[in-house]
Amino acid sequence: MTAIAAESQPRVARRGRMRRRFTRRPPAVVGLAGVVIVVFIALFAPLIAPYDASASNYNDILLAPGSPGHLLGTDDLGRDLLSRLLVGTRASLTAGVLATVLALVVAVPIGMVAGYFRGWIDLVVSRATDVVLSFPFLILAVGLAAILGPSLVNAAIALAIGQVPIFVRIARGEVLGLREEEYVQAAVVNAAPTRVILFRHMLPNILGPLVVQVTVGIPAAIIGAAVLSFLGLGVQPPTPAWGTMLSEAQQYVSQAPWFAVFPGLAIALTTLSFNLFGDGLRDVLDVRMGS
Amino acid sequence: MGWYLLRRAGASLVTLFIATIVVFAGVRGLPGDPAVALSAETSNPQVLQAIRTEYGLDKPVPVQYGLWLSHAFRGDLGTSPNTGLSVSQTLAERLPITLELTVLALLLAVVIGVPIGILAAVKRGSAADYVASTAALGGLSVPHFWLGILFILGFAVNLGWLPASGFVPLTDPGANLAHMIMPAFVLGIGLAAVVMRQMRSAMLESLGADYVRTARAKGMSGFVVVGIHALRNSLVTVVTVVGLQLGALISGAVITEQIFIIPGIGKLTIDSVFSRDYPTLQAVVLLTATAYIVANLLVDIAYSLLNPRIRVAGGSA
Repeated sequence: MTAIAAESQPRVARRGRMRRRFTRRPPAVVGLAGVVIVVFIALFAPLIAPYDASASNYNDILLAPGSPGHLLGTDDLGRDLLSRLLVGTRASLTAGVLATVLALVVAVPIGMVAGYFRGWIDLVVSRATDVVLSFPFLILAVGLAAILGPSLVNAAIALAIGQVPIFVRIARGEVLGLREEEYVQAAVVNAAPTRVILFRHMLPNILGPLVVQVTVGIPAAIIGAAVLSFLGLGVQPPTPAWGTMLSEAQQYVSQAPWFAVFPGLAIALTTLSFNLFGDGLRDVLDVRMGS
Repeated sequence: MGWYLLRRAGASLVTLFIATIVVFAGVRGLPGDPAVALSAETSNPQVLQAIRTEYGLDKPVPVQYGLWLSHAFRGDLGTSPNTGLSVSQTLAERLPITLELTVLALLLAVVIGVPIGILAAVKRGSAADYVASTAALGGLSVPHFWLGILFILGFAVNLGWLPASGFVPLTDPGANLAHMIMPAFVLGIGLAAVVMRQMRSAMLESLGADYVRTARAKGMSGFVVVGIHALRNSLVTVVTVVGLQLGALISGAVITEQIFIIPGIGKLTIDSVFSRDYPTLQAVVLLTATAYIVANLLVDIAYSLLNPRIRVAGGSA
């Protein structure tokens, strides 16, 4: 019923109200601003970066922040840290978005079909998600990276597989709840094809929880990708990535602490932005996250 | 209740069974002769033939799987090609270290997360609530491995209070704790944030419930209402959350052990990936999956003990 009521309201008015509810939450707005900035940096990194992120200069290694020409200092190969951080945004965001979107695209149809048809399909899907969930995500990712070989895309695939069960469960649960709604029943009576019922009628009504999970999934995948890169199973040097930079910095932690501080700060601020934004979105869309 | 638990245990067994197939297939999908891997990389054809016969590698794949499973069931997980040691023996040595780390982290998470969560809920909307909630979001956003590096920098390199890395067995409890406290904190802090957030929202829900209002109306002290009535129901949520986070805890242990150079299961996992020690990798993945499935079953049992409604309803899960 609520879905019908919401649908019959003028869409513009509803959007306006949601926007007001969102902008009334300062942390959410800060989060959104952070996300926009991160996306902007990722898109235009090579243009903003003061130096070529891969250009080493052995005369200027491990310079402290504030050194002339190097705002955040340099790394062990004399590469400009600021430039590497900016360009590194690309790898992190790519991994986070790719892993989450990949999981979304694969999982939602599976979960919806399982929830709609129930029966043996549901049983098979539920068991399969249980199996995937029974492997702790890093163990799964490490195992897959070992099989597929280390690279950014493979790390994203591994992280996506870890996220699939979560999206499957959400989509399944939501569709299970919507099945008995009158508009779905009406579509069934009108002999609408199942494809139309699922994706034209039901999908728009389950988007809320899925969108909120996307804002949870992206920062989680960003950290996951950083962890894999840190372990040497993600982005390969010399491509700059925050996780790889941290593992390079670890051996110089007593000589050049800033080298380890900045990449971690970049990860923390990015994930914090997504989390603040996601929290605000959850309140606005009024999504209750169940287990 | 009996039926519910029996069904739940049955489902866990099925999951575990499928997980063993996945682990077997995953490692079998890797390039290389499994007999060579199992034999610690020997090239002696007689030894290889003996291993092929013992593990049935000359038999059809389903039979091989059955033999592998029966060996694993009896505790024979093969031999590491790198060290020549029995994988089960290595696991037995490393497991207690990871267990200590995760139990300490779990303890810290509950000790930090539960009281702060209660405080934030009781003082809802106050400055304390705001600070606690923001700190929790921070705890969720900060990558733990970075926190680990910062801790080493602060407490070991600069202040010199704690050892930077390494492990000392429990036979020397003081030194053991000194080595474990930083890793346990790093591993536990994210979980503490999750526990705090869930505790806060569960307490808010409990505090708004009719039975709490009744208890207050009866004139019970605020302490009894919050500490006994509301808390008991909120703890159900915490148990669930901790259960759901066990996978994250195991994943976190892998990276924490790597940073602090603790010779537990996590470090073994990463080392086995890089040294292409597949029998060990296979065993570790199987072990963690089993541990996770069993732990989740235990959480469900605890859940049904804490929440009688699930027992009565027979469980919808």
